[in-house]
Amino acid sequence: MLVLSRKTKEAIRIGDDIEVSILAIEGEQVKIGIQAPKSIEVYRKEIYDAIQLQNSEAANLPENLLTMLEGKTKK
Amino acid sequence: MHIETKYVGKIEIDEQKLIHFETGLPGFKEENKFVLIDLPGNDVLQILQSVQTSELAFIVTNPHLFYKDYEFTLDEHIIETLQIENEQDVVVLSIMTIQDPFHASTINLQAPLIINERNKLAKQYILSSDEYPVKAKISLPTNEEKGV
Repeated sequence: MLVLSRKTKEAIRIGDDIEVSILAIEGEQVKIGIQAPKSIEVYRKEIYDAIQLQNSEAANLPENLLTMLEGKTKK
Repeated sequence: MHIETKYVGKIEIDEQKLIHFETGLPGFKEENKFVLIDLPGNDVLQILQSVQTSELAFIVTNPHLFYKDYEFTLDEHIIETLQIENEQDVVVLSIMTIQDPFHASTINLQAPLIINERNKLAKQYILSSDEYPVKAKISLPTNEEKGV
């Protein structure tokens, strides 16, 4: 992993289109600004991880699931 | 074409009905062709079956059946990616994680599936706010509760 030290208001450029700036440092919290093309999706890691985990949980249901569901979800 | 499915054996599907997740789903980046399968006798749940991998299928549902006021705004990027022109073309589904007992099942409201019904382009859209949980409880009136 590439490690760079930056101060407030300094930035990093990734490729031609992406700029990551350090906007403020307040105690344990760092405010980061990200400028990137719209096609680059930016997520907080814990949210993306949670979605990944949930998807894999939802994909790993037992194959006899339908028997269990019978009669449970009729409106 | 015929495909092997996780829950309902071998079935015939209409290629016109394939749903294209061009960038896959989080955790399943390589899976980009799915098909929605109705469950006989069940008007709440559907199966979202991968066409490439028979063992991969999700149970999905209309989140509005459980959360009437569920609402969010689509950003410009997804509107462009899915080439959405009309709100009426948009179908919103939530992936359900089924539990036994059924009422302990949850639905993912933070990352709904957005499908453009017109061109069958789809994407799992991660909402940027924390307003809706990944594991939202479901509560469905059971037959007993309805007095059936």
